[in-house]
Amino acid sequence: MLFCYSFVLVSTNNDLTMQRYSLPAIVLHWLIALLIIGTFTLGLVMTDIPGLTPTKLRYFSWHKWAGVTVLLLATLRLLWRLRRTPPAYPAAMPAWQGRAAHGLHGLLYVLMFAVPLSGYFYSLAAGVPVVYFGLFPLPVLMEADPALKPVLGALHYWLNMGLAALVAIHVLAAMKHVLIDRDGIMGRMLPFSTKQGVTK
Amino acid sequence: MKPLRALALASLFASAFATAAVLKTDPAKSSVAAVFKQMNVPVEAKFKSFSAAIDYDAARPEAAKASVDIQTASMDLGDAEYNREVAKKEWFNTAQFPKASFVSTSIKPAGAGKLNVAGKLTIKGKTADVAFPLTVKTEAGKQVFEGQLPIKRLAFNIGEGEWKDTSMVADEVVIKFRVTAGN
Repeated sequence: MLFCYSFVLVSTNNDLTMQRYSLPAIVLHWLIALLIIGTFTLGLVMTDIPGLTPTKLRYFSWHKWAGVTVLLLATLRLLWRLRRTPPAYPAAMPAWQGRAAHGLHGLLYVLMFAVPLSGYFYSLAAGVPVVYFGLFPLPVLMEADPALKPVLGALHYWLNMGLAALVAIHVLAAMKHVLIDRDGIMGRMLPFSTKQGVTK
Repeated sequence: MKPLRALALASLFASAFATAAVLKTDPAKSSVAAVFKQMNVPVEAKFKSFSAAIDYDAARPEAAKASVDIQTASMDLGDAEYNREVAKKEWFNTAQFPKASFVSTSIKPAGAGKLNVAGKLTIKGKTADVAFPLTVKTEAGKQVFEGQLPIKRLAFNIGEGEWKDTSMVADEVVIKFRVTAGN
């Protein structure tokens, strides 16, 4: 079971003994990362299709199912995060970097919820409830609202653009730790364990 | 089209005067909508423009007559782009078939506040015999006729070509209506 999994100690050749994230945290991180990239891309593709085609409608449904999946996984991830304190940053890392990383992670958590929720309510405002995988009707929490529809549409779009920007910063920061700092910090979140090419 | 419309209007008035019992429809309290499933998601599309002529006397329900004309271009899916799409040839072909109509052939009482209606439904140039139950009640001095008529969209060629795929848009469509009319 996932819940029995404990921290794995990873030693790098920096002679730093760094704790990795727990396995559930790692699995959820990468699963959500892939889903977010896929759902975001599909969102751009589907809204670019002019008119009305079966493919467009199919993509919209898939996009919504994927978004709801992100929301569910983000909930699990938040619960896990509240139970498990993530491993500490290496002592050599400047304090401001730790604070910046912490702030960015907090914002990413907020958007992991805000983006799918804004999409969900956008769909409801458009009068199209979400039927998860075409099988499970999800709660219709509000009536169709033509006045609110464009507002929620714009909100969903800009939250996504914000998320894309934050993900880009997150990835660039990780790359900086791998390529410039070479401090093995990314190893804490990699799915495969032990020493991974941190050389000096 | 103009002379035709005038003729239709004239015949409508003629029948109104002949029976003197055609009720006046209250558009604000009347609605016609199509409910269908798109990838299993229930979607309701309202027809914003329609007219109903109901000749009904509660004392003589079997003598009742009803006809409804629906402007197919007035279908509202809640999205301007989609509304333009469903006006196209594969869907309603509103240029060639601007209206869908229903004309009753028989109306029979079926217990308190209930009627069984049979008639001819014409959509996109195709006519089919349909029958459905109807409820009648009085609200604020007016008669409220309410009912649901399930149809198969493909029987009327609604959704041609790749749209024939019923896993995308189900064949079953329910026409939900509520007509409020009074003297």
